[in-house]
Amino acid sequence: MNLWELGVVDAAELLSKREVSSEELTKAVIGRVRDCDGKTGAYLTFDEEGALAAARDADARRAAGEDGPLLGVPVAIKDLINVKGQPCTCASKILKGYVSPYDATVTERLKTAGAVCAGRTNMDEFAMGSSCENSALGETRNPWNLEFVPGGSSGGSAAAVGGDLAIAALGTDTGGSIRQPAAFCGCVGVKPSYGRVSRFGVTAFASSLDQVGPMTKTVRDSARLLGALCGADGRDGTMPPEPVPDFEAATSNPSPKGLKIGVPREYFMEGTSPEIVESVKKAADEMARAGAEVEEVSLPHTDYAMAVYYVIAPAEASANLSRFDGVRYGYRSPRSEDVFTLYTRTRAEGFGQEVKRRIIMGTYVLSSGHYDAYYGRAQKVRTLVRRDFEKAFAKVDALLAPVTPSPAFKLKAVLEPLQMHLSDIFTVPASVAGVCAMSVPCGLSAGGLPLGVQFISAAFAEEKMFRAAAAYEALRGPMPKPRL
Amino acid sequence: MKTGKIDVAYVAELARIELTDEESALFQSQLEKIVGYVDKIKELDVEGVEPTLFGRDLTNVMRDDEVRPSMDRETALANAPMRTDAEFRLPKIVEGAES
Repeated sequence: MNLWELGVVDAAELLSKREVSSEELTKAVIGRVRDCDGKTGAYLTFDEEGALAAARDADARRAAGEDGPLLGVPVAIKDLINVKGQPCTCASKILKGYVSPYDATVTERLKTAGAVCAGRTNMDEFAMGSSCENSALGETRNPWNLEFVPGGSSGGSAAAVGGDLAIAALGTDTGGSIRQPAAFCGCVGVKPSYGRVSRFGVTAFASSLDQVGPMTKTVRDSARLLGALCGADGRDGTMPPEPVPDFEAATSNPSPKGLKIGVPREYFMEGTSPEIVESVKKAADEMARAGAEVEEVSLPHTDYAMAVYYVIAPAEASANLSRFDGVRYGYRSPRSEDVFTLYTRTRAEGFGQEVKRRIIMGTYVLSSGHYDAYYGRAQKVRTLVRRDFEKAFAKVDALLAPVTPSPAFKLKAVLEPLQMHLSDIFTVPASVAGVCAMSVPCGLSAGGLPLGVQFISAAFAEEKMFRAAAAYEALRGPMPKPRL
Repeated sequence: MKTGKIDVAYVAELARIELTDEESALFQSQLEKIVGYVDKIKELDVEGVEPTLFGRDLTNVMRDDEVRPSMDRETALANAPMRTDAEFRLPKIVEGAES
């Protein structure tokens, strides 16, 4: 058994029994990254010295008598979450060289728990993309087959966890950016309910949709990691004072008995790969045989969720990304002649094409004469999408659905922006509705690529989602590992 | 529903992004396709439907308004592309003023 193969719960147990130190574990991960990340490109940067110092600090805390569910566990961080003293580039040229002056709330929470921030993972620039190919700073490949994309935008975190180059990772999900790459790389990925995790210190893409979440090797690992991230911190005004239950307890003694599972009819549309349809039906059958009540449900506005998303997300992005103007941090164009060209040329040279396209789309839908027809209307349609979910969750504990319409696609597959956007069709509705959702590996395609199923529960009903996901995972049995 | 032509040059100016002619032409056709797709939302009757501003109904969650330590000046200036000892440095904004 190699130490780098461990997940959160198993690593924490060895640490707790003092069979291994955090320094040894962190060194093992660093060794694995040195050996294999030349192939996968999961990390943009890895401050080895900083990680080892944090690991030794965790070991000292343990020596002083402390124990804890994450003490000494290394966690990779998506490169848009601030960790003081480390780069935070959002995989953009406009933030190349930026060094975080402060910790995000989730970073503080990890440090308090004694977790080790280990490495900065690649992503689509400003989290805009579904393949990681929009990164301006590096290329990430799928650890299962290096010719394929890892998904996105949290593609680096997914490749790191899926390829055993990390014990666990943090990602962010705006329209599927945790769940889709998790499915493509064979790991578990959780998008918490909107408002569950503080967004303070996390570079904003679309503020009414963004959430930070765990990407891990098992459902229980995700439950543990999410538990450490939650709870109000007074620096994110969109976090309701909901109690934080023990998510991990919901994953123990997993059984589908008594669970009500809904399978949304609208998620089996034409164009979805037959392998994906089969795998979801198989998961539903297995859960029904083991005692779950499975029924078909309907989310009639599913088709409209994507359209809502492609108004709201770019609109909010265009406002959020106005802060990148070459004044206070980041890149400044050497061709700046006055304040106007300082802005326009800095942004022209600093942003990649997808980011520019979305800013312009967002500016358009917010501009005078279009606001009511697009942004205003999209917010109302958003209510209809949300009500669909509320109706479904009055009947069932969790929905079981595909994560993506196809397994991972090839690198440099030339897709039109609209076509690329449609790869998020099964993840976007839960984001628009603000409910919680997660991706769980369910096997391999005929081509040897991972497949995933999605569990979705009501807002702040993560316990139900984890219970369903853990029950399914136990029925599924162990997943194979990629060879790197 | 048909959508009018998007004036990409005008919108790019609002967004403060200088585009090349090539980019303008590319974005023109791509954005018209995306806008054509999102026009779907106009099919629905939303009369009397309340808008959802966030993922769920929320009221602002405010902390107490107390003075707390904040970032010191040197830390705040550390990532500046151009600076003086105590300020961010910019090209001249007001005619006649010093830059």
